[in-house]
Amino acid sequence: MSIKISETLTFECETGNYHTFCPISCVAWLYQKIEDSFFLVVGTKTCGYFLQNALGVMIFAEPRYAMAELEEGDISAQLNDYQELKRLCLQVGKDRNPSVIIWIGTCTTEIIKMDLEGMAPKLENEIGIPIIVARANGLDYAFTQGEDTVLAAMAHRCPEEENLIRNPQKNEKKSMEKLFSSLPIETEKKIKKSLINRQNRFSLVLFGSLPSTVASQLSLELNRQSINVSGWLPAQRYTDLPILGNNVYVCGVNPFLSRTATTLMRRRKCKLIGAPFPIGPDGTRAWIEEICSVFGIDTQGLGEREQQIWESLRNYLNLVNGKSVFFMGDNLLEISLARFLIRCGMIVYEIGIPYMDKRYQAAELTFLQTTCKKMCVPMPRIVEKPDNYNQIQRMRELQPDLAITGMAHANPLEARGINTKWSVEFTFAQIHGFTNAKDVLELVTRPLRRNNNLENLGWTDLVREG
Amino acid sequence: MKLAYWMYAGPAHIGTLRVASSFKNVHAIMHAPLGDDYFNVMRSMLERERDFTPVTASIVDRHVLARGSQEKVVDNISRKDKQERPDLILLTPTCTSSILQEDLQNFVDRASTISDSDVILADVNHYRVNEIQAADRTLEQVVRYYLEKARRQGNLNLSLTDKPSANIIGIFTLGFHNQHDCRELKRLLKDLGIEINQVIPEGGLVENLHQLPKAWFNLVPYREVGLMTAKYLEKEFGMSYISTTPMGVVDIANCIRQIEERINLLSPISLNGKVNYEPYIDEQTRFISQAAWFSRSIDCQNLTGKKAVVFGDATHAASITKILACEMGIRVSCAGTYCKHDGEWFKEQVQNFCDEILVTDDHTEVGDMIARIEPSAIFGTQMERHIGKRLDIPCGVISSPVHIQNFTLGYRPFLGYEGTNQVADLVYNSFTLGMEDHLLEIFGGHDTKEVITKSLSTDTDLTWNSESQLELNKIPGFVRGKIKRNTEKFARQNGVAKITVEIMYAAKEALNA
Repeated sequence: MSIKISETLTFECETGNYHTFCPISCVAWLYQKIEDSFFLVVGTKTCGYFLQNALGVMIFAEPRYAMAELEEGDISAQLNDYQELKRLCLQVGKDRNPSVIIWIGTCTTEIIKMDLEGMAPKLENEIGIPIIVARANGLDYAFTQGEDTVLAAMAHRCPEEENLIRNPQKNEKKSMEKLFSSLPIETEKKIKKSLINRQNRFSLVLFGSLPSTVASQLSLELNRQSINVSGWLPAQRYTDLPILGNNVYVCGVNPFLSRTATTLMRRRKCKLIGAPFPIGPDGTRAWIEEICSVFGIDTQGLGEREQQIWESLRNYLNLVNGKSVFFMGDNLLEISLARFLIRCGMIVYEIGIPYMDKRYQAAELTFLQTTCKKMCVPMPRIVEKPDNYNQIQRMRELQPDLAITGMAHANPLEARGINTKWSVEFTFAQIHGFTNAKDVLELVTRPLRRNNNLENLGWTDLVREG
Repeated sequence: MKLAYWMYAGPAHIGTLRVASSFKNVHAIMHAPLGDDYFNVMRSMLERERDFTPVTASIVDRHVLARGSQEKVVDNISRKDKQERPDLILLTPTCTSSILQEDLQNFVDRASTISDSDVILADVNHYRVNEIQAADRTLEQVVRYYLEKARRQGNLNLSLTDKPSANIIGIFTLGFHNQHDCRELKRLLKDLGIEINQVIPEGGLVENLHQLPKAWFNLVPYREVGLMTAKYLEKEFGMSYISTTPMGVVDIANCIRQIEERINLLSPISLNGKVNYEPYIDEQTRFISQAAWFSRSIDCQNLTGKKAVVFGDATHAASITKILACEMGIRVSCAGTYCKHDGEWFKEQVQNFCDEILVTDDHTEVGDMIARIEPSAIFGTQMERHIGKRLDIPCGVISSPVHIQNFTLGYRPFLGYEGTNQVADLVYNSFTLGMEDHLLEIFGGHDTKEVITKSLSTDTDLTWNSESQLELNKIPGFVRGKIKRNTEKFARQNGVAKITVEIMYAAKEALNA
């Protein structure tokens, strides 16, 4: 096995034998985000058992999600799917009175070809509650991509903007050119135009589910640059979905939302701003700059703001500087996190990632490349659909200072003296924007700080090699 | 379809994987879509396992759906064969592969011709059995496979060991306190002068399974897993088994007496003298275990007639019911189990020791029952613990399903004489905590002086505008006070009088800078 660190970004694809969460896990954070929703996962005991264990304590808090557990009669079509779903949805409607029911299709519904998309509109009419169908199954998707399928389905439900004056602007053309272009290093000097004026013709909708505090932090950052965020997909309530249409610019906040982006562009005629993702102060700045440049706005004090955040991170940076990282890959945040960590002075050996959308992540990939050059470190290898067994062999050779990995491998790696950080935590922690850059490093440095405390005890390797 | 968000027993493949990964050097390959390898997380997290869980998936994706697995499963098996050199590879179907109806047996047959490992297909129907039944079934299947293999190869040794010996069947990974119970059982058998022939599946080698019949008898501590194996061994090799769970002083004595009977039955053959365990039972009961004394002490007297509810797997729920009713004088208002397949046995066991019996796997039914009865304490699973929290009733956890806190580092057996002490502690602590709570409520709590302000800042000089107030309210309750204090401190330091959302975040950034 050759382990080379190359000079350019290399993309590889392995066997896809890797550990990740099932995409239905997205109900865990989405039901909390969308307060008036109810998630109905149409699947088997296996799905239910996964959710029960993955969601842990949340289960006991009367969650607004449930399994429609398929039994043998459902599989062999002895029972009528439509009647069964109607019975359950009526009960959900009666008990919880949700504004929307989201059906999560699973592997089983795919295999038995249950026509959820066909049944939903009929049932919706009959019971008077909107029903959205998302196929978040393990046959097609990994972990966070579940949110992507839900948001893509939800994008169809956003209200249509009323016919505003359609005035093709210079800006529009410019933004289209920029769609997948690299990050502009210098922003053109322009006279700032009245925000109010601009808002009448164009609006900005951000997509991606974030805790409401993080969402308002990001909105606030854009506000400082005189940009008003007109809505979020998803909003806090289903009834508050943002207005979409061809005068709406959209921008993603997470790297795993490529289907949602495609849907917004193709089906809702929105204009996509392709930018790096607001993870880390460098990412946040680049994200804001890209949005501002699309609207022809000069950024105000962004450089100082970024600098100030880096200053505040100094203690963490001292800890991570020169240390090496290995991403096993399971949640699609890997590219952005790696880019941020490289900027922090770390060396990334490998970025495992379940799925790599080179178009949607174009700006982020370019940014990763420039960051590597700037920091004078070799480019990491990007391994799509990784093979965990091979990765562990590579890690044995490379002995990284930190492995970012799923929970299935964390304890065994720790027992072999390799520091680990669970990748899942990055999905649940607040990592977006300037304010939360610290939280990312808090997570990344935790095993390193733990080591500082436990150093010299002589018990790093805790397995008998037989 | 069934509306549910919680289940007591997992899907069938989990049971199979638990048995497979308990054996040493056995690898399980699941025929499953991405994300179904959640078992590895459970084992690595709950059991804090140091080794990589020997379970991988042969991924079912779109291509498999369209064209079938074709070579994929066979390739994965032979690849694992070369990588890890396991003794046995167990191909495990999941709910997905059950519906695909691929000929997995064919893959197994092909793979076994090219790999050095033995390869078998776990024979479980996903839609008919649950985790527990599948585990029982798989253990029997593996044992049968190796005994039949040994018979074919002619290296089956049916002569008994010289000294009395036993197999312990049914100790395995992610089992409720199984590791501790196993240690306690070994100690008990050692005290009785009985050697351990084999413990399966935990830590066992499949290569040694052909030596199972050398033991004098089989001990099956839990009803859920191991009975099928024990019955198979009885039928094929005439090995007798004991399935009385040695939990609680009375049942431990029962179990030991049965052991005595078996040994004395066989001892003339091996020319050992007869054994008499009565003095041992008496010594342990009256002086080594504290439980018998505890039930006489005045502490336990206070528990007399208190109402309790018991729910769990058949083994633990039945044993705990008997302990509460016979050994502690507590009134068990309802005893229940989620092991519906074993409901008849359960009813027979507890019918004289409780007011009513509930056999269900619907947690809402259990919750309603508890709310109706309002017991002083609950003994159940993690689910009942949470029901108890909601209703303000203390709960001792006595059975799976469990959380990580039930995989204790310290020694906490439920079986054997040390187990009786642990159970007594658990029961007593649950009730006293309930009593204390009750008394505190009557007398208005510990703090009788009213606290004037809980936050260090008083709201004299600072105002929060409406947005920031709204923002503050979004922060989870348990940290809100701290955030409020820090923000106000920051505002004061910077001479700001009015707190806006910007100030809140500036304060957060300034902190730890």
